[in-house]
Amino acid sequence: MIATAEPGMRRRRLGASRDDLIMRLGLGVGFLLLTLTVVAPLATLLVKAFQDRAGGFVGLANFLAYAESPALLRSLHHSLFVALLATAICVTLAFAFAWCLTRSCMPAKGLFRAVALVPILAPSLLPAISLVYLFGNQGLLKGLLFGASIYGPIGIVMGEVFWTFPHALIILLTAFATADQRLYEAAESLRAGRLRTFFAVTLPGVRYGLISAAFVVFTLVITDFGVPKVIGGHYNVLATDVYKQVIGQQNFQMGAVVGLILLVPAALAFVADRFAAGRQVALLGARSVPLAPKPSPAVDAAAALFCTAVAVVIVGIIAVAAFAASIKLWPYDLSFTLGHFDFDNVDGGGWGSYRNSLTLAGWSALLGSLFVFTLAFLVEKTRGLRWLGAATQLLALLPLAVPGIVLGLAYIFFFNAPANPLGAIYGTMAILVLNTIVHFYAVAHLTAITQLKQLDPEFETVAVSLKVPIWRSFLSVTLPVSLPTVFEIALYLFVNAMTTVSGVVFLYSPDTTLASVAVLNMDDAGDTAPAAAMALLIFTTSAAVRIVHTLVTRGLLARTQAWRRRITEAPREA
Amino acid sequence: MQTKLTRRGALLLATLTLAGAIGSGPATAATELVVYTALEADQIKAYKEGFEKQNPDITIKLVRDSTGIITARLLAEKANPQADVVWRVAATSLMLLDQEGMLDTYAPKGLEAVTANFRDPKSPPAWTGMDAWMATVAFNTVEAQKRNLPKPESWKDLAKPIYKGALVMPNPNSSGTGYLMVSSWLQLFGEAEGWKFMDALHDNMAVYTHSGSKPARMAATGEYPIGFSFEYRASSEKAKGAPIDLVFPKEGLGWDMEATAILKGSKRVEAARKLVDFSVSREANEFYAKNFAVVALPGVAKPLPHLPETIATMMIKNDFAWAAKNRERILKEWQTRYDGKSEPKS
Repeated sequence: MIATAEPGMRRRRLGASRDDLIMRLGLGVGFLLLTLTVVAPLATLLVKAFQDRAGGFVGLANFLAYAESPALLRSLHHSLFVALLATAICVTLAFAFAWCLTRSCMPAKGLFRAVALVPILAPSLLPAISLVYLFGNQGLLKGLLFGASIYGPIGIVMGEVFWTFPHALIILLTAFATADQRLYEAAESLRAGRLRTFFAVTLPGVRYGLISAAFVVFTLVITDFGVPKVIGGHYNVLATDVYKQVIGQQNFQMGAVVGLILLVPAALAFVADRFAAGRQVALLGARSVPLAPKPSPAVDAAAALFCTAVAVVIVGIIAVAAFAASIKLWPYDLSFTLGHFDFDNVDGGGWGSYRNSLTLAGWSALLGSLFVFTLAFLVEKTRGLRWLGAATQLLALLPLAVPGIVLGLAYIFFFNAPANPLGAIYGTMAILVLNTIVHFYAVAHLTAITQLKQLDPEFETVAVSLKVPIWRSFLSVTLPVSLPTVFEIALYLFVNAMTTVSGVVFLYSPDTTLASVAVLNMDDAGDTAPAAAMALLIFTTSAAVRIVHTLVTRGLLARTQAWRRRITEAPREA
Repeated sequence: MQTKLTRRGALLLATLTLAGAIGSGPATAATELVVYTALEADQIKAYKEGFEKQNPDITIKLVRDSTGIITARLLAEKANPQADVVWRVAATSLMLLDQEGMLDTYAPKGLEAVTANFRDPKSPPAWTGMDAWMATVAFNTVEAQKRNLPKPESWKDLAKPIYKGALVMPNPNSSGTGYLMVSSWLQLFGEAEGWKFMDALHDNMAVYTHSGSKPARMAATGEYPIGFSFEYRASSEKAKGAPIDLVFPKEGLGWDMEATAILKGSKRVEAARKLVDFSVSREANEFYAKNFAVVALPGVAKPLPHLPETIATMMIKNDFAWAAKNRERILKEWQTRYDGKSEPKS
């Protein structure tokens, strides 16, 4: 932004060029599309909360009706309790893990890192099902709970910690990565002990990362309904309340009310996170020296031990799901079977659901990554119309504050309204693709922006002086150079489309049943083993796509680096 | 400028059309009948294929969920019905829909052969029954022995404190099986006594499940030793090798009929009527008889494994009109009494 400010000013004096007009137009179209797919549905949701079933305005009646039922306060209390506890545990563990990965000299860091990110590839229902097999009344390790029941807050917190761990870890790894060696050298020359250094240097250095991680985890937990649905027992939370109101009682207005309540903590977390993100940048100085950890046998061994324990738990939970999916009748008949993969005799839509999920993930990845990157390019590089860029940026980040379940509900209201000409996509694969891209838009957008900021603005300057149209330099320079980032966005969208339940649970139709929703429906009907089988299938697919992505990116990176070398060497030869 | 704009427009258009094409599936000339059903997932395939083989020009598009969900959905869509036919949904639910004026009347071919209490007394009827399903308790003998639980003989036995935390039953708001139990207890014991019984039962209940099948499956794995379910699911879990006994409490078994009806406003009435014809046919009844001990056509039913031959005599005298008329009130009362009290139990 700063880099383009000056040429932008000069340009305006000369009048906007053809390129500028094209880009402004593109930006305008992007802004309109986001308005249509983010703002308009949410506005409809807001209106619905104040209406009765017939659509008449009833003021706060729905809110009062909900506030009067003892269910609200209890669910709110439960949601906050579970989310706070899960956040505290998850962030502490992720903090320690990130520290081990960045500040110790323990072996096998790459392996530990890879294993720690594994939960992101599974739907949140998978850990919940595994926990039933581990700690349920017939659980393998039931004794470890000392008579407490896994059905309720204990199970929910355990499942959520597993599922949110990688999200916290990624943020904290980034925070730890920005350490300045000079601060540690200073601490050492001041003879500060390890502990003192930790509290005086390390902790303040990552404090914004910690805040950010805490808010992300808190939002994920309070809005997730997969885990509480499977393992919550009688323990109602807000997210399952929305589901019960909408699916169980078809009471969409009340669903909208609870959805709005759910929007509050998520929105607060969003604001706080943006604030923290803004501060984090200021910590980086131009003269910072990257920190190189020093070996220390005792510390490294402890670090390796801790990371091994975490890794064993993660692998263990996936393994339990695999076990559950492949034995005949737990716990009485432990013989091996593939029978649970015969999904045609259980709820959820059978193998067709799996194919639909692949279709959804494929389209979301392809269209989403191209659209996100193009719009991010326009936001970042368009000269003039600064307000439009800022407004688009805001809309692009807004989905971060909207829980999937709320977005899904908003999509029903908006696209199913009889007067909406876009209603034709209701009940089709298109609305699922749209919903998935929008649901996960913010992180994809931020990734694209980060990449674009790293690109040398000279590219455009050169393109302008060579009179190459902007779309051409975008297609032949910016996009190819940024291909690894585009692939990363595509992978992110693919994996999330495979695993998400909350966004799409209200939007699928008999033709577009999805694998992740099938897991939920099978579990509802008591078909736990087939549910585990389907969850495992989703996990395996995401993992396979991720491995392919890693291989492709590695090859691609080698080539882009070679290309960069030529660029830097060329002027010297000339 | 033009290029950029058309490119973007084309992309958007491609998105919508391509995705739309995926959504709508292969185009066929066949009539597509939208059918809402609460049929068990493991029975759907045979029934659907049975009908489609006889009527190759009609394909059935099924929306399956638990009885309570299907009922709520139909009521919510009252102004703009999406379904043509409600197939195999509890008769109490269909009566409720009929009271709301949502059902079309039709006398299917072969109606006269159907047992009298298996059809709407009106002529022409709004709904026709297919088979009956009834409350059955799945009792896990292995876990019961571990916990020292005696085998219950009556519903009242199950309300005794010894079974604390050992019971699971379906939530009557979502499950038809759950509702037929609640309705039967109120009819058997009277309103006041019935709710008192359920209060005691609630103290023993570990969890209320979404579907009527899940309690039998939980009992089958021993997750909880006693599951209130229905006879088909309990016997099919036993057939798979689960160590469960089927208990038929001696006060009598609550039951409901699975029935079929055509929605008013259906644009494919001809095809819908064919499905209703099929549902009362002898061939279809033979299908039902594979899974259910009591079916609509006399003489078709045959003994099923794990079920006593006298099971039909254990069914209570069910006042369907009462159960339908009071459905909303009873469910609301149940919700206030038991859904709000939500602390987890062991």
